[in-house]
Amino acid sequence: MTYDIILAGVGGQGVLSVAAGIATGAMLQGLNVRQSEVHGMAQRGGAVMSHLRISDEIIHGDLVGKGSADMILSMEPLEALRYLDYLKPDGKLVTASSPVINIPNYPDEAEILKNVEATGVAVVIDAKAIAKESGNMRASNMAMVGAASSYLPIKQDIIEEAIKQMFRSKGETIIQQNIKAFRIGRA
Amino acid sequence: MSELVLLGDEALALGAIDAGISSAYGYPGTPSSEIMEYLLNYTKKNDGIFASWCSNEKTAYEEALGTSIVGKRVLVTMKHVGLNVAADPFMNSALLDIRGGLVIAVADDPGMHSSQGEQDSRYFSAFARIMCFEPRNQQETYEMTREAFEVSEKFHIPVMIRIVTRLAHSRAVVNTSAARAQNELKKTDNTLGWMLLPALARRNWAALLEQQADFEKYTTESDYNPLSINKDFSEFGVITTGLGRNYYDEASTELTHKPSHLHISAYPVPAEKVRKLCGAVKRVVVIEEGCTFVEDYLRGYLKQSVEIAGKQDGALPITGELNPDNIRPALGLETRSGLNTDMELPGRPPQLCQGCPHADTYAALNEARTAFDESIVTSDIGCYSLGALPPHKAIETIICMGASIGTAKGAAEAGFGPAVAVIGDSTFLHSGISPLVDAISCGTPMTVIILDNGTVAMTGGQETILPSSRLHTLIEGIGIDPDHIRTITPLKKHHDENVEILKTEMKYQGISVIIALRECIETAKKHKTGGSK
Repeated sequence: MTYDIILAGVGGQGVLSVAAGIATGAMLQGLNVRQSEVHGMAQRGGAVMSHLRISDEIIHGDLVGKGSADMILSMEPLEALRYLDYLKPDGKLVTASSPVINIPNYPDEAEILKNVEATGVAVVIDAKAIAKESGNMRASNMAMVGAASSYLPIKQDIIEEAIKQMFRSKGETIIQQNIKAFRIGRA
Repeated sequence: MSELVLLGDEALALGAIDAGISSAYGYPGTPSSEIMEYLLNYTKKNDGIFASWCSNEKTAYEEALGTSIVGKRVLVTMKHVGLNVAADPFMNSALLDIRGGLVIAVADDPGMHSSQGEQDSRYFSAFARIMCFEPRNQQETYEMTREAFEVSEKFHIPVMIRIVTRLAHSRAVVNTSAARAQNELKKTDNTLGWMLLPALARRNWAALLEQQADFEKYTTESDYNPLSINKDFSEFGVITTGLGRNYYDEASTELTHKPSHLHISAYPVPAEKVRKLCGAVKRVVVIEEGCTFVEDYLRGYLKQSVEIAGKQDGALPITGELNPDNIRPALGLETRSGLNTDMELPGRPPQLCQGCPHADTYAALNEARTAFDESIVTSDIGCYSLGALPPHKAIETIICMGASIGTAKGAAEAGFGPAVAVIGDSTFLHSGISPLVDAISCGTPMTVIILDNGTVAMTGGQETILPSSRLHTLIEGIGIDPDHIRTITPLKKHHDENVEILKTEMKYQGISVIIALRECIETAKKHKTGGSK
C-alpha cells in the first residue's frame, strides 16, 4: 500500500507544516515516509507544491507520478486546480476555500470553486472559519490536516499525537487550539 | 545504531560529523544551505567541531585546505554555481597531497528551482580528475559521505559528493553507525606536495594521471556501482545514475522482462562494467539526473555497436529534472495522466514579501530613472532578483554573484550612463568588493546601490559575514569619496527624499555608493519572536 499526496498552496501558507503533521503521524504509525520540500526562491509568495508519499513498503522515489496521487491537499482553491494532472480518477481533492489574492489576474472566485466542484472528487473546507472557531487563526493548517485525515491510512489518535509533538514547544493552549481545529476539520 | 528522519542535506552533515570532521566551511546557496545549518546547530550543542559560513565559496575552500594540511578532516559545502567561484582552489587542490580527508559537498539544482543554471558538478570532478559520489537517497548520502572521507585519505585527493535538490530537500529515515574519532593534529611532512610551483605541479599532475587507473579499479569493484545482467533479455538494458534509479526502480515493476542494469554512483565511470552491460544488449537507455555526463562518455567508450537512448537523442528530456513520468517513454511504458480542468490558470510567480525594504528602494530607483533619457540597472543574486518581475521591473541583468558591479562598470566605460548596480549586502561581501576596487582605480562614473537588509535573506536568513555597521567604513576605506557614500532608509515616508538622493548620485560623474539600510522583514519578525520559527 502506497498513499501519494500532492500538497499545494502559496509560499508562506504553511504547506510544510501540513506535510510535517501528516508525515509525523505516518511515522508514528510505523509507515515509511518520503517528504519532498520546496526551499529558496520558490517560497516567496509564489505557487508551491510538495510531494508526500506514505507506504508500508520501500519508497524509491521522492516524487509522485502523473495520475498517481491519492489526494491533492491544497491550502488555496486556485492552487488546488494547478496540479489536477497528478490526481487519480478516484482520488480526493481536499482544498481550503479562502483565496490568496496576490496576483493582479486572479480569476473569479466563484468560477474557481465551480471548477473545483466539477472534478467530482472535491472536498471544500472553510479552514478560516474553523481556525476562528478553534481560537487560533494559525490553526487553519491543522483544520486542513483534519479534513484530509478521514481519507489517510493513519489513525486519528496517532495524528493527534503528531500534532501534540509538533506544537509541544508552543505550550498547552496552542496544542489544544490545533487539536480542536483538527477535530472540526475532520468532522 | 540510531534512526533519524533527515533531509538529504542533514544526512550529509551527519555523515561528515560521524566521519570525524574537525571543521566545516561553506557559503549559503539553495539547495545546499541546510548542510551547514545542521552543522552550526550541532556545534552550538557539542564541542569539538568548528563550523562557519565564509565570505564566499573560494575562501571556504581555501580555509578547508588549511584544515587538511594539518591532518584533520574537513567538509566544504556550496551549491553548484558556488563551485565556479571556488574553481581555482578546487582544481589545484587535486594536485595536492591531501592527508586530512577533504570532502566537497556540492548541491546541484536540475530544473533550476532556485538557480541561474543547471550545470552538473560531475563534470568538475572529471575536469579535476578526482573521485565523486552521487547518492540517491538519504541513507546513501550518510554512508557515501563517510566513505568519501575514507577514499580521500586512501588516494590523497579531495573527493566530491554530489547531491541534487530533490535529495537535499526531501526527508527520510537514516540509520547511523558508530562515529569515528577525529584525526590527530599533525602538519603534513610533505609540504612539497602542497607547493604548486610549476616544476612540482608537473610532477603532481603526472602522479594524479597515473592514479586514474586506481580510481577506476575502485569504482569498478565498488558495490556502489552494481551491475546485473539478464542473459535471457537482450532487447535493451538500462544505466541509471543518482535519482534516475529511484524512478527506474518504480517504473521497472511494470516491465515484462527485467532488463540488464548498471547503476553508477561512484566516479570515475567504471568503463569495464559499462562495456559489459552494453555487450549484453542491443539498445541501452541512459537515465541520469543532470546533464549527459555518462551518456557522453558512453558514446565515446564503446567498441561494440549498441544503440544508445538518452538525452542526446531526445529519448529523455535534455533539460530539467527527471521525474516518474518523463523516464517512461524511454522504457517503452505508456504515459499517464490524471484529472484536468478547462479553466485557464494564471501563473503565480514568487514575489518580494509584503513590507520588504527592497520594494521601497526599487520604487525610488524607478522614479529616479525617469529623470534620465536612458539608464542601465544591473543587478545580482538574491531576493532582490525578484525586482525583475512586475510590478517592480526595476533591474535589467541577473548573471552571477557579484556581476552587477563589474557589468555596470563596463557599460559606463563604454560611454553609457547613468549606470547603476544593485547588489545585496551579502552578495557585495561575497564578490562585489573586488569589482568596486576596479571601479575606484578607474574613477568610473557609476552608482552602486547596496541593499543592506542585514542578512542572507534568500537562503533562509543566515548572518552576513560582516555586520551592517562595518559596511560604511569598509567602503570608505577602499577609497570612495565620503561625500558620495549615502545611506537611505527605504520606507514609503522617505520616498521623495530617497528619489532625490538617487538622482543626485546618478548625475554625479564619479563613483558613488548608496546604502539602502533596513532590516529584512522576515528576520525582523524572527528577532521579535525571539528567534524561534
